Amino acid sequence: MATLLGSTSDLERLRKKILDSEDRGSKPVVTVCCGTGCQAYGSQKVMQAFADEMERQGLAGKVMSRGTGCHGFCERGVVVILFPDEICYLGVKPDDVAEIVSKTLIGKEIVERLTYEDLATGHRCAKEGDIPFYKHQSRLIFGNNRFIDPKSIEDYIAWDGYSALAKALSKMTPKQVLDEVKEAKLRGRGGGGFPAGTKWETTRDAPSDKKYVIVNCDEGDPGAFMDRSLMEGNPHSVLEGLIIGAYAIGAHEGFVYVRQEYPLATENILLAIEQAEAHGLLGKNILGSGFDFTVQVHRGAGAFVSGESSALMAAIEGRVGEPRPKYIRTAVSGIWGRPSNLNNVETWANVPLIINKGASWFKAIGTEGSKGTKIFSLVGKVNNTGLVEVPMGATLRQIIYDIGAGIPDGKKFKAVQTGGPSGGCIPERHLDTAIDFDALSALGSMMGSGGLIIMDEDTCMVDVARYFTSFLCEESCGQCIPCREGLRQMSAILKNITEGKGQEGDVELLEELAEVMSDASLCALGQTAANPVLSTIKYFRDEYEAHVKEKRCPAKNCKALVAYYIEPDKCTACGLCLKNCPSGAVKGGKKIIHWINQVECTKCGICFEVCPKRFRAVAKLSGEVIPPPPQEPMPVVAQQKG
Amino acid sequence: MTETESAVGRIIDRYGGAKSALIQILLDIQSECSWLPLEGMLEVSKRLDVPLTRIYHIGTFYKAFSLVPRGRHTVLVCTGTACHVRGAPTLLDRISEMLHLNPGQTSKDMKFTLDTVNCLGCCALGPVIVVDGEYHGKPTAADLQRIFEKCE
Repeated sequence: MATLLGSTSDLERLRKKILDSEDRGSKPVVTVCCGTGCQAYGSQKVMQAFADEMERQGLAGKVMSRGTGCHGFCERGVVVILFPDEICYLGVKPDDVAEIVSKTLIGKEIVERLTYEDLATGHRCAKEGDIPFYKHQSRLIFGNNRFIDPKSIEDYIAWDGYSALAKALSKMTPKQVLDEVKEAKLRGRGGGGFPAGTKWETTRDAPSDKKYVIVNCDEGDPGAFMDRSLMEGNPHSVLEGLIIGAYAIGAHEGFVYVRQEYPLATENILLAIEQAEAHGLLGKNILGSGFDFTVQVHRGAGAFVSGESSALMAAIEGRVGEPRPKYIRTAVSGIWGRPSNLNNVETWANVPLIINKGASWFKAIGTEGSKGTKIFSLVGKVNNTGLVEVPMGATLRQIIYDIGAGIPDGKKFKAVQTGGPSGGCIPERHLDTAIDFDALSALGSMMGSGGLIIMDEDTCMVDVARYFTSFLCEESCGQCIPCREGLRQMSAILKNITEGKGQEGDVELLEELAEVMSDASLCALGQTAANPVLSTIKYFRDEYEAHVKEKRCPAKNCKALVAYYIEPDKCTACGLCLKNCPSGAVKGGKKIIHWINQVECTKCGICFEVCPKRFRAVAKLSGEVIPPPPQEPMPVVAQQKG
Repeated sequence: MTETESAVGRIIDRYGGAKSALIQILLDIQSECSWLPLEGMLEVSKRLDVPLTRIYHIGTFYKAFSLVPRGRHTVLVCTGTACHVRGAPTLLDRISEMLHLNPGQTSKDMKFTLDTVNCLGCCALGPVIVVDGEYHGKPTAADLQRIFEKCE
């Protein structure tokens, strides 16, 4: 039975009761990351294994176990942390659990093989805080994920949860709350970087009988998943921010818009709302302050453009989520024509922190124009894939190399794509730029929601531009011509180029189309749609030219411009490619060197994949003349190695 | 009353018959029936007093909805950016060839539906596919064979 909290002192009493309870503080805790990434690795089975093993080895009731939200180190899931010593085990499988229980929980010994190993030095570290991936971060917003069971409001309250709300409602006027957020210079984390306080003020000052506040969790940028991880891992922090915002703005109804692809986030926020209602943290007369506020959850149905504010609000009304021209901003006329303040998940999650610690504390973090921290999702061709939170002003090099441990397989870094489909690609020479909202815009990209997609020498930049353009082409709602037709034409031109059908003048035509689209499109989708194309042309024009003029893909990525070829002096006639080729294009036989019939080859790449690394006999060629096949069967000349 | 109609009725009741819940209602029908049958949409139109064109507008606009029945097994290939740079296009081609399906298609025997998704947010596993809710990271040709053979 939940305790209904009638006042802020009730909340403090509950917090004390939770902290004093027998299970907290004194008992060791095993936390297992159960974010979507780790779940895909089987974290539920690991949880179960811990329960079974602790029972079997007599620890039931003596050690607590807790499934938490995402810890961020997705590359090495399942992540398990043992408190109070903060021993971090990575890549944990259910079979490892018996050993962890007997050796570490009972014997106080470290299971070396499950600790972090530095790829370069072979050095191992057992403590979570010593792992370079975590050491170089400052996890202000995201850090509590590792302590909290997202399905437990008690856990959140134990970690100071709802204390900012209590402070705002009991010690501050709505105006003071608003001023604090304005003073903190918090900028919207969803993409545009618009000052949140100014937006709040607009909605607060707009005359209306009803106002709304909304959480935007329609995280549509492919490769970005920080909002989901917050929503899944610490939903109460978002909810607390929203309630504080509603108080400052004078809204009594709120919405949480969650992407349909995020079922766990939906489940957890629904549960969080239910718990908050049961505790009197939502509903009538919150904490005895006289302030009323309710929240509804609205699921999206899979449309990128629906994350745009006016489109999202149309969807909440039950209409198709298409944007409208914003002569009047949604902050003034949004849901059902009423003032509606929309902020992204991460923005809301910053609010309790600002209220608790104050604007001057918050302002001390970050750069001149961008304050606080930012969560980035570091993905693509990087060793440590995951979510990282750093102060604004960290350099790309710090994020990619110090935290991300560089590029896998000794490959060379080529570019980092930021800002999702509206952003751009940044080349190596700008890696030392201190990144914040303004610096990224100056480089022709944008912060967006914080996706950082790392690309190496095998990534074709023309193909990346084609990828984003065709993505947006499908996602364009089609209302305005510059976006609908512009994207279609761009997509066709880029497809031609990647297929070796590019013509002189194509690049210039792309630039011209881009200009029209950015000037004349209805919403931000169309206005920024050309950024991936423009930034790749700006920094990688040589790749475009190689495709158009030489019909060559320098990254050897574009299927139409690539051929597979078996180097006779390296082939040992092991038969692997011959056996695996689905189209029968590989010829040869026992002890007879293999060769590829280029007419029959479908370029599926299986031969390249299966050829053992010690031979590397299958080569990818682009823009070169393919040596002719042997006139007659050639016996093996290469030495069988290894 | 048919089975679909009564299922739709239950879903509408859950939302108190509010017109603003139209998308939510359609999502629930989609998840219950795994597609939007015409009789279901007609029932929604009648009960909520919303024109069928508007329901079609929503049904065709959003990715979550299918206006045709789907196969018993759904194969989802992530084509998000991180998976793309890690070779999702090659993987999709391969799966397409193995199942003899283009993305969005369902096999004649209603066994498989092949679809793509823009990002599943488990980029560390990329390129990733999801078969009936189970995630498989970086599957090789042999892995795919095994995964599909297991589907009845």
